[in-house]
Amino acid sequence: MLSYAIRRLFGAIPTLLVILTLTFFLVRLAPGGPFDAERSLPAEIERNLAAAYHLDEPLVMQYGRYLGQVLQGDFGPSFKYKDFSVTQLIRSGFPVSLQLGGTAMLLAVIIGTSLGAFAALRQNSGLDYGVMGAAMVGIAVPNFVIAPLLTLVLGVHLRLLPTGGWGTWEQMLLPVLALALPQIAYIARMTRASMIELLRSNFIRTARAKGLPERVTIMRHAMKGALLPVVSYLGPATAAVITGSVVIEQIFGIPGIGRYFVQGAMNRDYTLVMGVVIFYGVLIIVFNLIVDLAYGLLDPRVRFD
Amino acid sequence: MLASRELFGKFLACAGLVLALHSGAASPALAEVVLNRGNGAEPESLDPSISTGVPESFIQMDIFEGLVHPGPDGTLRAGVAESWEVSQDGLTYTFKLRPNAVWSDGKPLIAQDFIYSWQRILDPATASNYAFILWPIRNAEAITKGEMPKDKLAVEAIDEHTLKVTLKAPTAYFLQMLMHHAAYPVPGHVVEKFKAEWTRPGNIVSNGAYMVQEWVPQGHIKAVKNPKFRNAAEVQIDTVNYYPIEEYGTELKQFRAGELHATYDVPQEQIPWLEQNMAAQFHNSPYFGTYYYAINVTREPFKSNTKLRHALGMAIDRDILIKQITKGGELPAYGWVPPGVPGYEQSQVEWGSWDQKKRVAEAKKILAEAGFDKGNPLKVEILYNTNDNHKKIAIAIAGMWKQNLGVEATLRNEEWKVYLQSRNKKQFEVLRAAWIGDYVDPYSFLELLRGDIGEQNPAGYDNAKYDEATDKAANETDSKQRFALLSEAEKTLLADMPIIPIYFYTQQHIVSDAVKGWQDNLMDFHPTQYLRVEK
Repeated sequence: MLSYAIRRLFGAIPTLLVILTLTFFLVRLAPGGPFDAERSLPAEIERNLAAAYHLDEPLVMQYGRYLGQVLQGDFGPSFKYKDFSVTQLIRSGFPVSLQLGGTAMLLAVIIGTSLGAFAALRQNSGLDYGVMGAAMVGIAVPNFVIAPLLTLVLGVHLRLLPTGGWGTWEQMLLPVLALALPQIAYIARMTRASMIELLRSNFIRTARAKGLPERVTIMRHAMKGALLPVVSYLGPATAAVITGSVVIEQIFGIPGIGRYFVQGAMNRDYTLVMGVVIFYGVLIIVFNLIVDLAYGLLDPRVRFD
Repeated sequence: MLASRELFGKFLACAGLVLALHSGAASPALAEVVLNRGNGAEPESLDPSISTGVPESFIQMDIFEGLVHPGPDGTLRAGVAESWEVSQDGLTYTFKLRPNAVWSDGKPLIAQDFIYSWQRILDPATASNYAFILWPIRNAEAITKGEMPKDKLAVEAIDEHTLKVTLKAPTAYFLQMLMHHAAYPVPGHVVEKFKAEWTRPGNIVSNGAYMVQEWVPQGHIKAVKNPKFRNAAEVQIDTVNYYPIEEYGTELKQFRAGELHATYDVPQEQIPWLEQNMAAQFHNSPYFGTYYYAINVTREPFKSNTKLRHALGMAIDRDILIKQITKGGELPAYGWVPPGVPGYEQSQVEWGSWDQKKRVAEAKKILAEAGFDKGNPLKVEILYNTNDNHKKIAIAIAGMWKQNLGVEATLRNEEWKVYLQSRNKKQFEVLRAAWIGDYVDPYSFLELLRGDIGEQNPAGYDNAKYDEATDKAANETDSKQRFALLSEAEKTLLADMPIIPIYFYTQQHIVSDAVKGWQDNLMDFHPTQYLRVEK
């Protein structure tokens, strides 16, 4: 298993190189540059800026320079936030995004799988319809509706919780909830669907036939299999959620890294976009690997060689 | 029984806490006075020589102090310089620096600090966007262009507390320009030691009323009172927190939840609600900015037909736009320079005093004369950057042109950076744009339309008569005469109508009742050192 993991990680290097190269050239293809502003700069100053950031060099040279930097673990200076390097911005924002996204994902997995399993076991009952109906709403109503609504009711009118900021557990509650709700809905629906399918399968029938108590049948046999699709969903979803959500961060004023994906692109902050994209790429690769390893534990048919 | 005992215990604990809080409030001398300000966006940089945005300038205004500095009403006051003299020809400024001026680390702030700071911002290696603010100083422009070494800058220290500045032309607004953050001093001994990281908390040394203590990117910046500030005894607020909240809806909610004392802005669509429900806290006042449409005068049909440009301007009913769309109490604009410059007489386009009916009738006549009719309508494309308000205004204006003149206007929206490129390359017919003055002087607006300003000139306008009037003004030392020349230039501009003024901006804030000393002003300057927070 270890050798499998190592092989996979080495295999990820060309993937990352492709991501890096594509992003590098794509962001530079977009019209406009990092220093275009309402007040356009005197030509001399624009030249000075370009020189300071090596933007006056041929693109291939810039690419080589960047690649060299990244290999040394340096994502370069941010074009927009000039007092920080991209690495420092990620280092400052990622723990926040991780804490927020991680908590939300954990909550989503616990509540989502439980709700899904309950619904599946009571298929076509009132409880089933209730849970699935609520899940549908959870999926359909976007974050940017739920989040302001939560702050308006709980923060402004009832004054129970702070409407924004970061640092205390009270400040975490609303954003975690807003971020977890759609995930709970997805996971509940997914768990329910695969659970229903599994409950009809031969090995469950066997388990029941040989007289295993229902609790054991469900927990030991059915649940394990029912989680497989959820686990494969969790890999990329977790990577996405812990790299932050621009909507949630803006609405709650949270200092995470989610906004950099959008702001970086809007500002043509080349290095910042590159930095977060590569970082996100690495996370996806790592989480997909974890998912594949988890498969081995959950599904006896999977072998790593 | 057990449960009730637990409850009782909790109650006691709560009571203790309440008591503790009360005793804290009872001794206000010990309580820390905190001001929480919404501050728009995350600062690009706290280095006053590097940053370009408004949010960072608000923080810098609190932590640094220039030779001159804005007072509570935004107007110019003595800062590090306690007095100054201007030579007869308006070319030499001699500043007397306060002998007690020090950096927050205790090092004396002397004339050489300004020389260092100004040489640094002009140095091509610094690559500062706002270096041109200091270009009125002799040799400054050549230094930025790399044609001269930086020690040739015509600024000298007569002694530690006397700074002599020589200008290339009598620049009447030079002192106003010195209020800009680009002219603030930076601590050379710290900049050279920490290089790019000198603005970090722990490293940064400044000379204003506050000093930065914490900086969480995208989270907040916390500044505390600088005990070494020359006027520290008068500064009432101990701690300021600046929150970069880009969503004005979020900011409003945070204010309503009591988490902010003052907001950076308000959500435009909520202005009527604010006027109705938060009238006491809602501040709405004129701002030094103009919203306008630029006409590309390098292209036909507008290149050779000035009247046609006027016709488009006449057919816009500004009152409707302001009442129905912007709703911020903006002023309809028929001139280029916003009102509020003391001593300057604004110019107005001739039809500015007509009623809307007469304007439309005249506009129709012009279009007919130019040969446009139903079978051959004038076609115009409006370019704007992607934004809800710009879109609404563009739709309304296109509608007015269609309805009043039969003009077929199409809309094109582009993302900000793409829009800027189209603007600079003059790839448009009519362009939505706005301009906010950098200093309170008509030239801050008039400069934009000069023929030699380059791609910044939004309309591609080039009129020798206009440039000449502004040139003459630049060399005029009598302020009355100078304003007359600038007013003349504005008249020339309006007669040519390369830009259609639409409205003069207003600015909005919500300020808590607890905050005292907030004075609305044209430049929107509200230094924290003059504010108070009362319970």
